[in-house]
Amino acid sequence: MQTAVSDLQALAAKLRLADRQAVAEALNLIDDQRPAARAKALELLAALEAERLANDGHLIGITGPPGAGKSSLLSTLIDYWCAKGLKVAVLAVDPSSPKTGGALLGDRLRMTGAGQHKNLFIRSLASRQQLGGLAAEVWPMSRILLAGYDIVLIETVGVGQSEVDVASMVDTTAYVVQPASGDSIQFIKSGIMEVPDIMVVNKADLGAPAIKAANDLHQVMRRSTQGSDWKIPVCTLSARDRQGIDALVNALEAHRAHLVSMQLLTAGRTAQQGAWAIRQLQEEFGNSGVARLGGAAAIARELDNQHDLGELLASYNARAEHLRASTKAWPT
Amino acid sequence: MSTSKDRPWLVRTYSGHSSARTSNELYRSNLAKGQTGLSVAFDLPTQTGYDPDHPLARGEVGKVGVPISHLDDMDVLFDQLPLDQMNTSMTINAVAPWMLALYIALAERRGIDPATLQGTTQNDIVKEYLSRGTHIFPPGPSLRLIVDTITYSVPNVPKWNPTNICSYHLQEAGATPVQELAYALSTAIMVLDAVRDSGQIPEADFPKVVSRLSFFVNAGIRFIEECCKMRAFTQMWDEITLERYGVKDAKQRRFRYGVQVNSLGLTESQPENNVQRIVLEMLAVVLSKDARARAVQLPAWNEALGLPRPWDQQWSLRIQQVMAFETDLLEYGDILTGSPVIEAKVQELMEGANAEIQRVAEQGGVLAGIESGYMKQVLVKSHAERLRAIETGELTIVGVNKFKETAESPLTQSGDGGIMKVDPAVEQQHIKAIQAHRANRDQDKVAIALNTLRDVAKSNDNIMPASIACAHAGVTTGEWAQTLRDVFGEYRAPTGIDISSSIGGDPERVAALRERVTATGSSLGRPIKLLVAKPGLDGHSNGAEQIAVKARELGMEVVYEGIRLTPQQIVAAAQEEGVHLVGLSVLSGSHTAMAEMVIDGLRAIDLGALPVTMGGIIPDDEHVALKQRGIAAIYTPKDSDLNIIMAEMIDLARVANQLDALGPL
Ligand code: B12
Ligand SMILES: Nc1nc2c(ncn2[C@@H]2O[C@H](COP(=O)(O)OP(=O)(O)OP(=O)(O)O)[C@@H](O)[C@H]2O)c(=O)[nH]1
Ligand SMILES: [Mg+2]
Repeated sequence: MQTAVSDLQALAAKLRLADRQAVAEALNLIDDQRPAARAKALELLAALEAERLANDGHLIGITGPPGAGKSSLLSTLIDYWCAKGLKVAVLAVDPSSPKTGGALLGDRLRMTGAGQHKNLFIRSLASRQQLGGLAAEVWPMSRILLAGYDIVLIETVGVGQSEVDVASMVDTTAYVVQPASGDSIQFIKSGIMEVPDIMVVNKADLGAPAIKAANDLHQVMRRSTQGSDWKIPVCTLSARDRQGIDALVNALEAHRAHLVSMQLLTAGRTAQQGAWAIRQLQEEFGNSGVARLGGAAAIARELDNQHDLGELLASYNARAEHLRASTKAWPT
Repeated sequence: MSTSKDRPWLVRTYSGHSSARTSNELYRSNLAKGQTGLSVAFDLPTQTGYDPDHPLARGEVGKVGVPISHLDDMDVLFDQLPLDQMNTSMTINAVAPWMLALYIALAERRGIDPATLQGTTQNDIVKEYLSRGTHIFPPGPSLRLIVDTITYSVPNVPKWNPTNICSYHLQEAGATPVQELAYALSTAIMVLDAVRDSGQIPEADFPKVVSRLSFFVNAGIRFIEECCKMRAFTQMWDEITLERYGVKDAKQRRFRYGVQVNSLGLTESQPENNVQRIVLEMLAVVLSKDARARAVQLPAWNEALGLPRPWDQQWSLRIQQVMAFETDLLEYGDILTGSPVIEAKVQELMEGANAEIQRVAEQGGVLAGIESGYMKQVLVKSHAERLRAIETGELTIVGVNKFKETAESPLTQSGDGGIMKVDPAVEQQHIKAIQAHRANRDQDKVAIALNTLRDVAKSNDNIMPASIACAHAGVTTGEWAQTLRDVFGEYRAPTGIDISSSIGGDPERVAALRERVTATGSSLGRPIKLLVAKPGLDGHSNGAEQIAVKARELGMEVVYEGIRLTPQQIVAAAQEEGVHLVGLSVLSGSHTAMAEMVIDGLRAIDLGALPVTMGGIIPDDEHVALKQRGIAAIYTPKDSDLNIIMAEMIDLARVANQLDALGPL
């Protein structure tokens, strides 16, 4: 489809209202890698309501091993929030085949509300060439959705780099484990303890194995979060039977409230957009380009003060322009 | 050589369409032609528990089978047919307890002792998740319903086969003989274990349960291997029933099976060749006396064109009769016993099957293998391998990838296109009829019966008595199923497409297509994104799956959500996902209704320019109208070359986005 956006301001205004057609068009634009589209995408992002992106809504990452029940859990959460009249958007990321580049995007299958709620919007995307990590488009897409939706959920399979990536893009990360699969032990061993804000043991309907997994995690969590302000809760639930969802919803809300009270919500989002800008620069100009700008750490220090996405994009653009101008024979 | 001639198998024809009245007439005329058993085909709304006026039934009522909504329908279906002398097979699964309840209630209404009823309810849910696609409830409750029908009918309807474990549909979804053996036997073990553990059957009666389990098996064109497969089934079942369940009486350990021969290999091109295929496939299951089928039903020469007409079915019936009555087949004992070649093949199949049975057990059993998607992935992969072998020419299909030149077939030249078409007006008639039925019954009785059903569903009690009471009270199929939906929930089975390994294909053409996909992706700004979707109640997923697998293999990003989506869900997905192309797959005859609803839905949200293609069983004489309605391209079984389909789809995406078409591959 062509992105015949004559007026990005008007499009941004529609995004604010979660107009489905506008959302679809904007996501297509963000996904479009052609230079003209990329420039336009940046303009669109800059036109979004900065205040809202800095303070409103809730960006939630749901990650965990394949088949743990992430999509099923999302389905339950979606129905819960939609029933309350909230607007919910989902970005479901699936791995691309490293060999062919193709992808099978199948998470909608488990989200029974897909195509049924008017306040629900689900976009699936492939992880593309990113080695195990998340596609660069995920972050700007999440901004497009945050502009109009109350809750934005990002589902990623917790393999390789993607679980760390997603944690650096959202306010709250929930990590879902599957009982009796050794997931919890794997998780504890893998040492990615910094990823989750909430642990979820799904498939509680299986009984004993779920209780055991929950107990194991409780112990580890208690030890690892000693002395920190946020104690990682372990929610045991069944996405299938829709049991135990309230506790998870409460934990998600509590974590957001915790961020707000510690003045971390806005700061976190500022850090996320700075990290994205640096990653963009790295992707386009390589580490050497970033080094010429003084290095990632120095850029991050400067960008960390730019809460406003529009301002951030302006400084990003300035840097990109500088590098482009200084690079002879830039391939087109 | 044996002295007495063996009795012929039950001769059946799988049929039913339009209405109970029309189907009854068809059954009576088939019996008059020498058919000895009935095999009822239900329409998809009935099979998935919807009444004709449910929105999801739109376009499907009376199409591929007979709609049966309540006891009066059942009465008409068996009008003038003596229930106590018939042998009736019903291809019914998620709502099997209900259809059995209607059949028993009909016997009671006619003053016939239900203990005299003979026949089969298919009632095997595993192969529904894996292939057939008319499941409703999640695996746990589904298994419970199977157990309930078994534990009810063994004492009360002792000549009934309450469940018919199916490997037939697995082969139709691509399974190899080893996979057929392994998954069917694993399922049988799961069912018997569940009956034993339910405590509803006294230990002494358990052998009776074992002896009532029957099977429904496929026979493909590799007929020697298939014949060996039947022998392997027989031997393995004998061992399992003896060793695992301690059944002492050899008769009760017999592998009793019915057959429908392979239809997946029946072709649209040169359709007359299908007759040879059907004959050879049948030979596999009747040839050896020790492993001979108990009942046989054959597809017709026009299988891949559409539904068979009475004459087409008669032709297939006569194939059975020639085999049974003209040849000397039934005069001999087992003619294969002692053949070292056969023994070795049987041994090989049994070893392979035992290894796969073990693998499934190690992963937590059949239900776990369903839920994890493992078993479905195995089938999708086998089917992809089959298509790859056809593509490269390793597997010969006469008239398809070899000996393609042909004279025009007079068989397809008749005015009706060589198939039967159901009058679309029947749907409206059924909607009126069901509404009249609901208005003219004792509502209090209905409410009480449904309340009891709900309570029983929530408890551990057997579902059958409450269902029979519902039948007598005039409850409808949709009401019975909805009550259980409310209690058990619904289940969408894994699609099995996430196969990690590459499927291969003709290397040169695959490479050329990959290049086109990549180049088009760069021009579009992002990889080609394709929505493959199955609208309506149709469960034929093979085509959609293989298109999705192939597109992914070529580098497209493919959204696929499995079977049974509403047109609204598809339209929403097209918008939300920002796809370049929509591909619908419909094989159940509801293509026109589905195409219209999807196209109109897309236009309503300004996506009218999005190319929509359609594949499946779509009669030639309907293509023009569908294209006028907005379908960009139509593919049927004779478009067996997926590479050509892909090249055209890439071009459709290009042209819709103002890029030049790249032309034929
Ligand atoms: C295999 C099969 C089954 C399997 C399905 C397994 C599965 N998971 O898919 C089983 C045994 C389960 C089955 C069951 C039934 N079947 Co059936 N089945 C067939 C059969 C033999 C082959 C279909 C097939 O899979 N072919 C292989 C695939 C790869 O080919 P394909 O789907 O045609 O796809 C090709 C093209 O059509 C096209 N294409 C298809 N989809 C798409 C999508 C896109 C986007 C594109 C681009 C292209 C494309 O590309 C493919 C490449 O060649 C056909 C007859 C035949 N020989 O065609 C009957 C047939 C389709 N079945 C039929 C019927 C009636 C049924 C039942 C409804 C019977 C009943 N009353 O219960 C049941 C119920 C199924 C359900 N839930 O809907 C009828 C339909 C009649 C009609 N349309 O008028 C047929 C035509 C047989 C007949 N003559 O009666 N069936
Ligand atoms: N018993 C049980 N099964 C569940 C539950 N939640 C999900 N499942 C099943 O687990 C399987 C995987 O569920 P999904 O929701 O697709 O899991 P996922 O984590 O999104 O999977 P990927 O996206 O493929 O990584 C399916 O068969 C579900 O039916 C639950 O609470 N209990
Ligand atoms: Mg998922």
